[in-house]
Amino acid sequence: MTGPAAGPRTLPPLAAYALALGDDALILAQRLGQWVARAPQLEEDIALANIALDLLGQARTLLGYAGAVEGAGRDEDDLAYLRDDRDFRNVQLVEIPNGDFAVTMARQLVFSAYQYELYTALLGSGDATIAGLAGKAVKEVAYHRDHATQWVLRLGDGTQLSHERMQAGLDRVWPYVAEVFDGDGPAARLPGVAADPAALRPAWQAYLTPVLDQATLRLPEPRWRSRGGRSGLHTEHLGHLLAEMQHLHRSHPGASW
Amino acid sequence: MTGAQGRDRRPQGRDWPLWEVFVRARRGLTHQHVGSLHAPDAAMALRNARDVYTRRGEGVSIWVVPSAAIVANSPEEKDPFFDPALDKVYRHPTFYDVPEGAKHL
Repeated sequence: MTGPAAGPRTLPPLAAYALALGDDALILAQRLGQWVARAPQLEEDIALANIALDLLGQARTLLGYAGAVEGAGRDEDDLAYLRDDRDFRNVQLVEIPNGDFAVTMARQLVFSAYQYELYTALLGSGDATIAGLAGKAVKEVAYHRDHATQWVLRLGDGTQLSHERMQAGLDRVWPYVAEVFDGDGPAARLPGVAADPAALRPAWQAYLTPVLDQATLRLPEPRWRSRGGRSGLHTEHLGHLLAEMQHLHRSHPGASW
Repeated sequence: MTGAQGRDRRPQGRDWPLWEVFVRARRGLTHQHVGSLHAPDAAMALRNARDVYTRRGEGVSIWVVPSAAIVANSPEEKDPFFDPALDKVYRHPTFYDVPEGAKHL
């Protein structure tokens, strides 16, 4: 494709950081949206949609800010709908397929617990927009984390079948965990503004460990790990997700409500 | 799945108990019944109520009550329960002259 969004480009560090965090939120929002009308219960359907909409709100702020900092005239819609997969900067954890409900809850627990520590750290960011977003978002992700925790506890310490499937869910997502805490992303170039992902891991671990213990689940020890999402290397699943997410906007450029 | 063989062990909606949800819109008001939902236990019922009934800022406090814990009168008892109240005008304070200057009545 052609147009203002095409082609690789080098972003200012602050724009790259906002884009990375925004892409995480955007892609996970799209994934969770795929549960709508398919969740195990009507109530859970609404809960997952609520979480998705919280994440979408975070993504709008972050992508809009990334575009403003870049200063090339791209708005949140340009960034969400007119980039190809190699230009997305999300970690691979958020793009993997939903799997069954246990996989989705395992991913949500891991990611919400990370986001909770991230936004807590960003409350003290030297950038007013980032700090302001963190103040609002930390309350949202505290609820996401609690919601996922409730389900992991019940499924892990439930029936034999639910325990096995919850453990399988954890095993499925754990190879993608290490990438979330990699310190070589755009955060490294923004001291005082960004949060060092590696520094978030101890607090994340301190939250996760008792939850998994109480849920009688075993901490997975994956034999491989993902890497590269922050530099545009993604699983084959992201392209399919983007096709669904971007199709309408690309077919009807400039359409609005 | 062949349910008769018991192969499908997924929990079905009918296995989750029903809960009644009461929401207080703001301080100073009472909790109002807003509807019901299914949830596996009280903690999840409270969270589901938050998601289903307060996601647009409708409340500051939620109660959830097992529907089974609510004792209700039966429709057949309607006449003995409520009819006697209708024909006794002296039960209503309508025969007093309101003193001049009394406000907020």
